[in-house]
Amino acid sequence: MALISSAVRLARREALGVSVATGLYGVSFGALSVAAGLSIVQTIVLSLIMFSGGSQFAFVGVVAAGGGGPAAVATGALVGVRNALYGARMAPLLGVRGPRRLLAAQLTIDESTAVATAQSEQRAVREGFWWTGLGIYVLWNSFVALGAFAGNALGDPRTWGLDAAAAAAFLALVWARLADPVARWVGLGAAVVALALTPVLPAGLPVLAAAAVAVVVGWVRPGVARPAAPAADAPGDEDTDDGVRSAT
Amino acid sequence: MSPDLMLWIAIVVGGLAVYAIKLVGHLLPEHWLAEPRVARTAALVTVALLAALVAIQTFASGQGLTVDARLPALVVAAVALVLRAPFLLVVVLGAGTAALVRALGWMP
Repeated sequence: MALISSAVRLARREALGVSVATGLYGVSFGALSVAAGLSIVQTIVLSLIMFSGGSQFAFVGVVAAGGGGPAAVATGALVGVRNALYGARMAPLLGVRGPRRLLAAQLTIDESTAVATAQSEQRAVREGFWWTGLGIYVLWNSFVALGAFAGNALGDPRTWGLDAAAAAAFLALVWARLADPVARWVGLGAAVVALALTPVLPAGLPVLAAAAVAVVVGWVRPGVARPAAPAADAPGDEDTDDGVRSAT
Repeated sequence: MSPDLMLWIAIVVGGLAVYAIKLVGHLLPEHWLAEPRVARTAALVTVALLAALVAIQTFASGQGLTVDARLPALVVAAVALVLRAPFLLVVVLGAGTAALVRALGWMP
């Protein structure tokens, strides 16, 4: 009925830009997942259900390192814990119930939260969330499938440097979160702990043990580090302040 | 159980776990998760896990540690990030560097 406000148009445009930028590199997840040992169908199913970039990369990263299912599940879930904080922030803004709430939960990732919370009008907040969430869901999963087929066709992943691409992907995912000095020290400490434990613990567990560094520092040290702002780049990774802007 | 079935179970359980975490956020009263310490710890856990995965994916080879073509790839990726390259380019440069170093026989 009413005219669409300029704020809503802006939110939709921003949603589209972020969706395309984020969706595109689903291709790298698809290829890396197949290189890690998942089949094409497993890669697609994982992406459709889990739908959080950081968690997806973490899950296949543990599988690639030879870790068992429980370690992969635990690592993926822990990387996704921040989504609960986004959900708590988005729920009152969206005001949805029933099946729509179940759908909103699945679409609650870094980017949708970042685009939504950057808007000033209520309708723009809601449209920003839904357009970004649905846009990325469709594009990300499409490109994951494409990447899985491509990765499967490539043959030996080492010849193409796909094992190194995994390290590069994790570095890119964590990069935007290292702006804070405490986060940098935690990241360094976690890396050292994981490497030190690699020879003594079964694969997958050193990464989980490294999370203890974060729990200790986060819990004990008062008044440091930004709260869980949406950061970085995959579903699961965009910064409210600069990431979304740079992606659009 | 076959390894493939185990992987399928992990995929479904892991996927549902991540979904459940999102849903919990929508269902809990907002102030339960508003405690700054919770938010701070959640943010740092993400950093720690991703940083640990960078290290493992670069240096781990089974239960051992090794330096191979993945290290120069990581350095190139870091330089690309400093230059504000987009995610996909960083990943492609990383892969390309390792592939090149191996093709030239400089490192395994």
